[in-house]
Amino acid sequence: MYEKPILQVKHLQKQFGEGCPHCFDKESVYLEKNYCTVCGTVHAVRDVSFDLYPGEVLGIVGESGSGKSTMLQGLYFDSSMTSGAVYINQSELTGQNVLSLSSQQKRYIRNYIYGMVYQNPVDGLKMKFSSIGNIAEKMIAAGNRNVSNIEKRSKELLENVHIPLRRMKEEPQYFSGGMQQRVQIAKALSNNPPILFLDEVTTGLDLSVQASVLDLIKQIQRELHISMVVVSHDLAVIRMLADRSIVMLNGEVIENGLTDQILEDPQHEYTQQLVYSLL
Amino acid sequence: MIAKPHFAFFDEGSKKEIRRATLKAVAIPGYQVPFASREMPIARGWGTGGLQLTLSLIGRNDVLKVIDQGADESVNAVSIKKLVQHTTGVSVTEKTQEADIIQSRHRIPEKALKEDQILVLQVPNPEPLRKVDAREYMTKRMHAEDDYSGAWLLLFEQIMKFGRMSTGASHPVYVNGRYVMTPSPIPRFDNPKMHQSKGLILLGAGREKKIFAVPPYTSVESLAFDDYPFTVESFEGKACKLCGSTDVFLDEIIDPDTGERTHQCNDTSYCMEQLNSEEKVEVENSYV
Repeated sequence: MYEKPILQVKHLQKQFGEGCPHCFDKESVYLEKNYCTVCGTVHAVRDVSFDLYPGEVLGIVGESGSGKSTMLQGLYFDSSMTSGAVYINQSELTGQNVLSLSSQQKRYIRNYIYGMVYQNPVDGLKMKFSSIGNIAEKMIAAGNRNVSNIEKRSKELLENVHIPLRRMKEEPQYFSGGMQQRVQIAKALSNNPPILFLDEVTTGLDLSVQASVLDLIKQIQRELHISMVVVSHDLAVIRMLADRSIVMLNGEVIENGLTDQILEDPQHEYTQQLVYSLL
Repeated sequence: MIAKPHFAFFDEGSKKEIRRATLKAVAIPGYQVPFASREMPIARGWGTGGLQLTLSLIGRNDVLKVIDQGADESVNAVSIKKLVQHTTGVSVTEKTQEADIIQSRHRIPEKALKEDQILVLQVPNPEPLRKVDAREYMTKRMHAEDDYSGAWLLLFEQIMKFGRMSTGASHPVYVNGRYVMTPSPIPRFDNPKMHQSKGLILLGAGREKKIFAVPPYTSVESLAFDDYPFTVESFEGKACKLCGSTDVFLDEIIDPDTGERTHQCNDTSYCMEQLNSEEKVEVENSYV
């Protein structure tokens, strides 16, 4: 129990707008959910802190608009955060707030340490490049300049995610949504990243495809021992994947603990409602 | 009343502004410097970038050579020559070694540049990353951050599709180990001529409003993979049917009636020179 977290997130904050004295307090009467009625500021992420341990799957649940994806985009440097700190426990980055690094260093982290699977494959893939090219892109970005080497690794990954190799040169724009999602997963895994972010990976997929994507993620986590942050509004997905979970509402963390515990004995009013609305 | 054109067509302010961009381009090898491309008496996309560079640089005593796809006499080359001559009165030449400024479209002359020569290349598409992202602010950011995985990816895709890098022209190059640049649509055959060139190479894109440069003695490396090295077009076993040259870029000419394939130097002035020197030798021999 003395394990050190691989990813530490401290007091992450993201607001759209200047903010004003009326909305500084989280309990302010001027706040309508996370929207300030006085100055019009939206507090998308408010003071979020959590730790991610090696090999662990952390679930993040919450209704749409609760700030889950915004937070994930902030962690992956797709959008800048207003304030807060993120620490990664990797020798070359110890003690540095990665949010304050230069864009080159951020790109290094994205290419070597992070993997990301977006909710919408359009964000994560180049739809007009071949599937194998999409996977290669990340390896090329990480400095690999050997075609046969890249090809071999890409084929392995495509087999892992059950995409027939005869279709590897096709462009993802001709694939079904589930297949696109699996190409994204293969791409995210290409450099064996220690940390993987999954943003609503199964949303919009049919049940059997959902099951196979979830199976795959579970298998990857077991075999490669990758730490994952799984964002979903689907409690069933969280129940299946996550060891520990965080519940977000209006940009804040309202509950966190073991997934089982949260689902069996929710403490917060919103979580109770959420769990009971589960069919 | 017909007004006399200003020397080199432009007003001095315009020339100064273009030279300023050119100096910046020379100072940052391979970096695309934006400039206010002028309205020209020829249409954009027909060599206005190169023409603006030439006009901003040319002096009364300079000798100009203009080539289009290797030919001195093609329409584009001739009209550019006429315009420059009309507005400056400089003399023109077809001999590469006699020229001070060589404006060219899609070729680098077979004769190596000298230290006091400037090669001006006309560029249609200056952005090597345009196919990676259509947005200028994104490609600018990629250049700034030295993020060239997209340029490599384009080559990787070609290898996956065709089993080799299939760039016919404008194979991207790394300039001075920093910026990835398009060498303008010159054949791959000409890429190595840019490396450590003795003369200054300026590239101008009039429609896209960019000027960039390869200063003399600068390293220019063509992008390639470890196991798929860069290669130039091979003309093994072929020779120019007119002058017999073998180590030059050859055009393939097909006789429409017989279907017979022959090859000929693409650089017309080089071919002419070879023929003249052969003839000279013949004459000398027969005289003795």
